[in-house]
Amino acid sequence: MIELISTIGAPFPVVDQNYLLEARQMQALSFAMHIPFVCFGVAFPALVVFMEWLGQRTGQPHYTEIARRWSKVMITLFAAGVVTGTLLSFELGILWPGFMSNFGDVFGLAFGLEGFSFFIEAIFIAIYVYGWDRMSPRLHLLTGVPVIAAGITGSLMVIAVNAWMNNPGGFDMAGTEVTDVRPWEALFGNSHLWPQLTHMYVAAYIAVGFLMAGVYAFLWLKGRRDRYVRTAMLVPLALAVVAAPVQLVIGDWSAKNVAESQPVKLAAMEGLYKTTDGAPETIGGWYNEKTNEIEYGIQIPKMLSLLAYHDPNARVQGLEIVPPEDRPPVNVVRIAFQTMVGIGTFMVLLSFWFLLSWFRKKQVPRSKWFYRGVMLAGPGALIATISGWVVTEVGRQPWVVYEILRTESAVTGADGIVFGFAALAIVYSVLIAATIWVLFRLARKPLSPGIADDAVTDDRGTPVAG
Amino acid sequence: MLAEIPVFLMLVGIAAYIVLAGADFGAPFWALTARGDRAEEIREQTHRSMAPVWEANHVWLIFVLVVCWTAYPDVFGSIFSTLWIPLLLAAIGILLRATAYVVGGVADRTAIGWVSAVSSLLTPFMLGTVIGAIADGRVPVGNAAGDPITSWLNPVSISIGILAVAFCAYLAAIYLAADAERSGKDDLAEAFRVRAIGSGFVSGALALAGLGVMATDDRSIYDGLVSGAGLIAVIVSGAAGLAAIALLWLRRYPAARVAGALATVAVVAGWGLAQSPEILPGLTIDEAAAPENVIIALLFSIGVGLLVLIPSMLLLYGLVLGGRFDADPQKEKGVLAPPGAGIDPISSPGRRAAIGAIVLLGLGALLGVGLDGGFLMYLGILVLLTGLGTGAVLLARS
Ligand code: HDD
Ligand code: HEM
Ligand code: HEM
Repeated sequence: MIELISTIGAPFPVVDQNYLLEARQMQALSFAMHIPFVCFGVAFPALVVFMEWLGQRTGQPHYTEIARRWSKVMITLFAAGVVTGTLLSFELGILWPGFMSNFGDVFGLAFGLEGFSFFIEAIFIAIYVYGWDRMSPRLHLLTGVPVIAAGITGSLMVIAVNAWMNNPGGFDMAGTEVTDVRPWEALFGNSHLWPQLTHMYVAAYIAVGFLMAGVYAFLWLKGRRDRYVRTAMLVPLALAVVAAPVQLVIGDWSAKNVAESQPVKLAAMEGLYKTTDGAPETIGGWYNEKTNEIEYGIQIPKMLSLLAYHDPNARVQGLEIVPPEDRPPVNVVRIAFQTMVGIGTFMVLLSFWFLLSWFRKKQVPRSKWFYRGVMLAGPGALIATISGWVVTEVGRQPWVVYEILRTESAVTGADGIVFGFAALAIVYSVLIAATIWVLFRLARKPLSPGIADDAVTDDRGTPVAG
Repeated sequence: MLAEIPVFLMLVGIAAYIVLAGADFGAPFWALTARGDRAEEIREQTHRSMAPVWEANHVWLIFVLVVCWTAYPDVFGSIFSTLWIPLLLAAIGILLRATAYVVGGVADRTAIGWVSAVSSLLTPFMLGTVIGAIADGRVPVGNAAGDPITSWLNPVSISIGILAVAFCAYLAAIYLAADAERSGKDDLAEAFRVRAIGSGFVSGALALAGLGVMATDDRSIYDGLVSGAGLIAVIVSGAAGLAAIALLWLRRYPAARVAGALATVAVVAGWGLAQSPEILPGLTIDEAAAPENVIIALLFSIGVGLLVLIPSMLLLYGLVLGGRFDADPQKEKGVLAPPGAGIDPISSPGRRAAIGAIVLLGLGALLGVGLDGGFLMYLGILVLLTGLGTGAVLLARS
């Protein structure tokens, strides 16, 4: 198949692009910008609507106040998600015309459906946020439901594209021509879709849960232990501590999936050069590209076979099965993978700490270290999410469409992409700074009268542990 | 025939984007140029009236891109690789506009106003030059095969870029006048009316000048615009433009909006007609199109999408235009009124038409996809398009 790759796509012959690396980094930068906002687009509406529902159920005003304030944050982050996403759509064409022109018809459909999802999300998010007090409470709550649903379908569609890139199907190749395109099969008949979707989905809930909880954990540590802060911390935290252990299981599902269909990616994640029976897992260290060994790592015998195939003696394929030019950059992939797993493990420990204290002592942990941990877990979750995408994307290199189209055959032939990259980096910095500034402003807005000086007891009537 | 439908949808999307988001890009222009006692009021109005529909307007652009890359992948790759500079600049403009919009909600307006206005000029201008480059036949098929600079910096592109900027300002002024009148600020409405009439004349003059520029350029679509169906579209557009100005004169703002929108739609239609059957030089729409089953799948998803989308859109615009999101809720009759109560601009025959449109869309989608090939499929697609057209008219009217 490899000969065919360099000639694929008659009107789009392979070009000489000196700035392939810059183009890749521009793509990476834009994704790294989009993903944090996306987490909020996916998971935050559910949290806000849940708060509003709690307020209506219990009749206690602080829930509603939280929901109302969060909804402002939600629409701010949504706007940022929309524009960073718009930029990504532009970049697909600007940076990867070879990819789009050869395969746009295979996967484009998903982006069409995604577009509609975000249309719906945009419409109802506006109705929801601008509609407080302007319709009956029940109706207002209902207008939040399409926002949640559209977040799910929207990300389903994008991930379907990514899963297809990892495990392409739904078309045939006749020579260098893509023929017999079957778009529905390409997108939805794909075994990679479900683990990737679930994993990303849960990642979004973890990230939003810990980030929101982290903000209030900070206030908690500063001594603000009123009902408002307590609720605003505990509800997202409850979500995150349930989701974090679940993520471990789903991550394992993802890894098995990769082991089956992308053995080279798995080998890069683990830095395994030789195909091995009963392969060991190595933690930490650095993969030496010359000796093809990991230096300074800690080895756990047979662990990798056990994790990847649930059999300690299973055979794990190594990087040696493909020539060097078909291997991804091992250290990038491996370090990203270990970062993700490390952070995931840390969050699971945090979860157990909380759950133990909650079910054994019926109270939240007393130690300050727990709250410091929660504050760290929020940004940590974003780092884990981005690292996960680095594993997926860089681990797929040198392919854009796995074993069909190489990245260098997809890239634009335009000169001067570097300047575009620089301009974009500057604008992104402005956008980040502005968003953070706005979030701080929103946070400093005084609470509604009557909420701020609420009693310092929790919602179950017990005095707050200190 | 099937191969042409997505082009048609893209043109609908482009027209919708110009009409809806154009007003959004034009508004900061007025905020920035506001002087004197009323300046603060004008700035306030420009920000407030756009906020709730901002994201929704924007999705039209995405719609156009997605239809393009699914239905005509080579065209998308060629356009984006050759015209990457104006497209990236347009995208950066959108990014900055969003930043200003987000920050503008909580910050004081002066610096923000500048960023916003600059980005608002940047995006329409750049997208205008892109349209100009395509219309002028300067995007050859291939990976970055056209000239990176002269493909979009040439007389035709530049004149269309400038026209786009003026046109956005004009649409924004009409929109803001209507909006101010609705919230009972008559003197503010008057200020925007004057601006609308002025910028209307400027846009008209620029459009004529643009035609003149095209006449001197032999590769342009000038011939297509001054003959046959293209000519009809140009005439309709001119007449609608004049009608819009007359209606503004009479302070009939909602009608002026419809006329302004019609002028846009006619221009876009004229462009499509003048250029067909070629989409890029030497590449016809039929040759560029993706396989038939892909296009059917795309149309099917668009049909289903519209089924959900049109009612949602009508709800949002109804709420906004019904003044339900205006600053002081006590102005309204009943705070807890049922959702339909806000939708008074959509009269009940309009509502019946909306239901009709949705039924047509559903039917069309079912027929078009359920029955692979043959007469019924084409019938289904026809029904789908009728529904789409009705929906578009309704949206333009609301
Ligand atoms: C909060 C975020 C988070 C956490 C704690 C984890 N992951 Fe993850 N991981 C992601 C967030 C993520 C992600 C960003 O969502 C990715 C990128 C692509 C995808 O589908 O999910 C991902 C990808 C990803 C992949 C590559 C999938 C592919 O290429 O198709 C594997 C093998 C794992 N993960 C495995 C794990 C394991 C074994 C974890 C154990 C702790 C883990 N992840 C925790
Ligand atoms: C579904 C959504 C997708 C997500 C979330 C995603 C995410 C990412 C991320 C995080 C990176 C950065 C890797 C790095 O740090 O180097 C990346 C790189 C890249 N992405 Fe994707 N991607 C997606 C789909 C796509 C699509 C549709 C393309 C189309 C061509 C694409 C092509 C690339 C390429 C070529 C790179 C550069 C790889 C490198 O730097 O080595 N990705 N992507
Ligand atoms: C190739 C990669 C991607 C592209 C081209 C892309 C494109 C876009 C576009 C155009 C929008 C704006 C939609 C609008 O106008 O309303 C958007 C927003 C969004 N995208 Fe992406 N996206 C990509 C990756 C992802 C991934 C991996 C996810 C998540 C799982 C995702 C989830 C979302 C969500 C939830 C939104 C809504 C905005 C928000 O809530 O922040 N996207 N994306």
